[in-house]
Amino acid sequence: MWTLDRALVRDVAALAAASAFVGLSYGAIAVAAGLPVWFVVAMSLLVFAGGAQFIAVGLISAGNPVAAVLAGLLLNARHLPFGLAVADVMGKGWGSRLLGSHLMVDESVAFALAQPDGTRRRRAYWLTGATLFVAWNTGTVAGIALAGSVGDPASFGLDAAFPAGLLALLMTTLRQSRPRRVALVGASVAVLATPLLPAGLPVLLALVGLGARLTERTGRSEGHEIRQKE
Amino acid sequence: MAVSLIVAVVVLAAGTYAFRLGGVLLRDRLRLPEPVREALPLAAVALLAALAATAALTQGGGFAGIARPAGVLVGTLAAWRKLPFVAVVAIAAVTTALLRLAGVA
Repeated sequence: MWTLDRALVRDVAALAAASAFVGLSYGAIAVAAGLPVWFVVAMSLLVFAGGAQFIAVGLISAGNPVAAVLAGLLLNARHLPFGLAVADVMGKGWGSRLLGSHLMVDESVAFALAQPDGTRRRRAYWLTGATLFVAWNTGTVAGIALAGSVGDPASFGLDAAFPAGLLALLMTTLRQSRPRRVALVGASVAVLATPLLPAGLPVLLALVGLGARLTERTGRSEGHEIRQKE
Repeated sequence: MAVSLIVAVVVLAAGTYAFRLGGVLLRDRLRLPEPVREALPLAAVALLAALAATAALTQGGGFAGIARPAGVLVGTLAAWRKLPFVAVVAIAAVTTALLRLAGVA
């Protein structure tokens, strides 16, 4: 148990270091783009979603705040299915649901799904979410302070760290054939759609392949029987 | 400028939080048939894999170049060989950084 926890803590620490560096580059880039410090900090505290923050900062500094909000929301729509998938780690209490929802990021979801049982899922989710929240916001503030003096994050290869880390987290699941097929179809659809659709939509399109597989497997009527409880 | 910035951050934050909390609350409200319920982790896997693939291969709607996908590929092989997470992330970043240092975009 202790060794398992140590492995978890070590992995989360690595993730936090990477996240702090990306947060640092976000802070530096946003300030360099001429955005006020309060806005850059508020985004990291309140939105807490790296991809959406980078896109929003780019579009706002280009003078288009409406497009920034729409693109950010489109990119973050994936959190709805994430919430459906990891709702169990938050328990039934309102406090933990309200707080736990804010800590829902790609990494905390992926880490939770990589765990074999409920207790470890919960622990992985909360530890990852809380640590990344601190790392991301600390990184943001450091980036603001260092703006102008940090080198290009691309020269450190940090842009390769996020996708590689995500794939590493998914690896346990990807060793099984059905999830691997779903992942391959979803990834291919998203990559092929990227040049054609606005940011955010291609990733959501990955769900279409899954829906098709599901309907084919369970029969039409059953697959569509999603009803609201009274 | 300041007002539109306040509106932007509030709407984006509220909308994002609504997605996050919405999924969690819907899980109880929706009477999902068993196959759909079982497929929810698969849906998250599909989304995360799509996110990783687009982040690895694309940049602003175009191809991300050679260095990043190469680093991610080497990192993925490391993960496949069951190297620790820390090593995977470091190997991916270092590979990409070295390729760029060598002049490969």
